Amino acid sequence: MSGFNIDAFMNHRFGGHGGALGIVYHARSDAPGDTWVELALPYAGALIGDTDTGVLASGPIIALMDMATSVAVWVKRGRFAPQATLDLRVDYLRPAVPGRTVIGRGECLKVTRSIAFVRGIAYDETPDDPLAHVAGTFMLMDAQAMGAAA
Amino acid sequence: MSLPPYADLLGITLAPRDGEAPVLEMPFRDDVLGRPGFLHGGAIAGLLEVAAIVSLQHALAEEGGAKGPPARIKPVNVTVDFMRGGRDKPTHAEGIVTRLGTRVANVEAIAWQDDRTRPIAHARMNYLIARD
Repeated sequence: MSGFNIDAFMNHRFGGHGGALGIVYHARSDAPGDTWVELALPYAGALIGDTDTGVLASGPIIALMDMATSVAVWVKRGRFAPQATLDLRVDYLRPAVPGRTVIGRGECLKVTRSIAFVRGIAYDETPDDPLAHVAGTFMLMDAQAMGAAA
Repeated sequence: MSLPPYADLLGITLAPRDGEAPVLEMPFRDDVLGRPGFLHGGAIAGLLEVAAIVSLQHALAEEGGAKGPPARIKPVNVTVDFMRGGRDKPTHAEGIVTRLGTRVANVEAIAWQDDRTRPIAHARMNYLIARD
């Protein structure tokens, strides 16, 4: 079982940019071996990118997915460790519906000695109808220590 | 050129330039903080995205002039490369329209702090242009 206590980790409000956007912990998978994590981004006027339609800007969605996939790496590794986003690609499948909370689901596919590979989706109603798909990589800042342990 | 509420959340201001799209500046403050002392990757990506849209709006205005209603810009995808950590100082960003087609625009954006030749992040974005 994972040694990373996500409930304890998520039991405080995010500070900084995540807090400014209103991002909170939402859910995680309880299936064994399944490591997805979900964060929630509640709809807010300050996050609007298109004032004509009220559609959210895509920046907050990127931030949500960066954070959700980042937490997914910690869940996969079973511990918190510093890491840096190397790259993140976001495909916008459709606009988020104004007024709805956006859920970001992050998943870590693979961890090597220095790199973690992630993917995720964002949805506002059901995961079957995602509004964005992401793929990315993180550089593990504790790679040296991890290499020694591996 | 008016910026959306999200750009206000990031604290973005525009510095106009003759004949070119404005350069953006985002101050360092708690609202854009990631881990202590560093910018949040999401805030950097958001700044790059606003820079790309500003440059695309500028290019569309240059091209279309006063004829017809403004074209709508729909983001298709974005790829962000993070090259170095953003530190506790102002961040600048500039969008570059590499191709403005009939239906698709390819746009790049870079973000830097002290030295434009040492960017902290780079993004490539594809937009759908909806002309009415």
